[in-house]
Amino acid sequence: MTEPSWTARLRNSATEHLPPEKLLPDRQPSYVASWIYVFGVLTLAALVFIVLSGSLLALKGPGWWHVSAFGHFINSLHLWSVELFFTFMVVHLWGKFFMASWRGRRALTWITGAVTFLASVGTAFTGYIVQENFASQWVATQAKDGMNSVGIGAAWNVLNFGQMLLWHVTLLPAAVIALTGLHLLLVRTHGVAPPIGIDPSTGEAQHTSRPGAIR
Amino acid sequence: MSRSSPAVDEAAPWAGATRPYDLVKELVVALVVVGLLTVVLAAVFSSPDETGVTLQRWASAAPSDFVTTAAMELDGSSTSAGYGAPYNHNGSGQALGPLHLQRWLGVRIPVDPAGDFVLSPLRTVRGDPSVAAAVATYTAASAAQRQTWASNFTTAVAAAPNSDPTQITAGDYGPVPTLTTSLLGLAQSGALDSQLVTPGGGFYQSDYTRPLLFLADGSYLSDLAQRRHLAGNQWGMMNETGNFPGQAWLWLYTFWYQISPFKHSGNGDALVWAVMLILSLGLVLVPFIPGVRSIPRLVPVHRLIWRSYYRAHPLASAPPADAAGPPAGT
Repeated sequence: MTEPSWTARLRNSATEHLPPEKLLPDRQPSYVASWIYVFGVLTLAALVFIVLSGSLLALKGPGWWHVSAFGHFINSLHLWSVELFFTFMVVHLWGKFFMASWRGRRALTWITGAVTFLASVGTAFTGYIVQENFASQWVATQAKDGMNSVGIGAAWNVLNFGQMLLWHVTLLPAAVIALTGLHLLLVRTHGVAPPIGIDPSTGEAQHTSRPGAIR
Repeated sequence: MSRSSPAVDEAAPWAGATRPYDLVKELVVALVVVGLLTVVLAAVFSSPDETGVTLQRWASAAPSDFVTTAAMELDGSSTSAGYGAPYNHNGSGQALGPLHLQRWLGVRIPVDPAGDFVLSPLRTVRGDPSVAAAVATYTAASAAQRQTWASNFTTAVAAAPNSDPTQITAGDYGPVPTLTTSLLGLAQSGALDSQLVTPGGGFYQSDYTRPLLFLADGSYLSDLAQRRHLAGNQWGMMNETGNFPGQAWLWLYTFWYQISPFKHSGNGDALVWAVMLILSLGLVLVPFIPGVRSIPRLVPVHRLIWRSYYRAHPLASAPPADAAGPPAGT
């Protein structure tokens, strides 16, 4: 018997774990009926506008927005989409915390979300130090001491504009986008956690008295 | 202890009631709402862009501070001159107990403040023999002699009225006054800005390590920052120039700098980074930390979130202890 090709194995595994009806569902559990669930998709939407506005800034180079009114407006879009992104993401994160959304083999979903948050902080930070203005001068000269104190600064020099710009427009956004994609796939694969105290196999209250019995 | 009933598998497929859901429509609506919100915020509030400080501006606006800083680079008393890794070997750097992380990777970005910030730029001056002579005299002198001249000058400037270098009393300063005054002229002409960025004489450049270190050694930049509420003791890292929200998400990182022991420790940066590393790891590993993972069960926010569902499907009693974990695998 012929062994399945790597391609076939990948396709079979993908369709087994994430069939189309899971990837693009048109029904959800009835408990998914709170405004808190909206903040995940709002975060994603803000990320789209961050990438779009950042790409427009990249088209004309880092100095453009200082000398062009339109460029300045694009920079403003970039700034405010970042502010909205973090606002939505923090509400999303706290919401997921208070729902204990890692229950039921969903810990990796939580982990990818938390790592995405940390990667986003790094991405935003590099954005502030490549603005080429007073704020970036001050933030960079202050931040260098923190970086240097734990040895990071020797390899990751926040005073090196070229290095920080490339991290900001390539490496870190790629990491955030990849992590977000993985996070979304995990959400679609495992679904959203059921309400605390509810048995997903019945949709009714759990009937168990043993501490730690819930998986 | 025996089980009163089989354990509930919270990873089990949902078998309860469902409702219609349009994922694509939700995303499109979110894009429209966030797009409009972004455009309105950008149009109404714009974004900050305060011009950066050049060495020329510093030298013109605060010549005394500039000259004092140049002298401190020569006598080794500036921050950069005694920094240590990754710039030079002149300081031990910060440590976490026995761990000198700052020194682990060594001097990877070599910076010699006296040579790079003062003497090398002055060697490029043409048409003024006194500058070349001052540089020659200074570099030919012994290290002890250079230190004496520079320290005498720094002390005299500090004692002069308004710390004005032009009002110092006569003393044994060697060529230091000529060096610092010449550097001031070079900076005021604008030439020093490009010279510090391109110490190797290259045409293209993108590394501002040297001019930023020199700028940060003076008081001018920090005075401007202080007036804009950007200093470290003013929650500076998370603030932005003007009335803009800045990096509010750095509040916890900035918070530690406001309290002891971080605020006063010589190893404050390293301590703050260690704390933030532990807290970040804690955030990532929340599902596995006993106690923390049980907070959602103890704080009834979930009852608010799922209040409709709980009304239709009431819980018989309080959710079991540790209902929020641990996760069985990922």
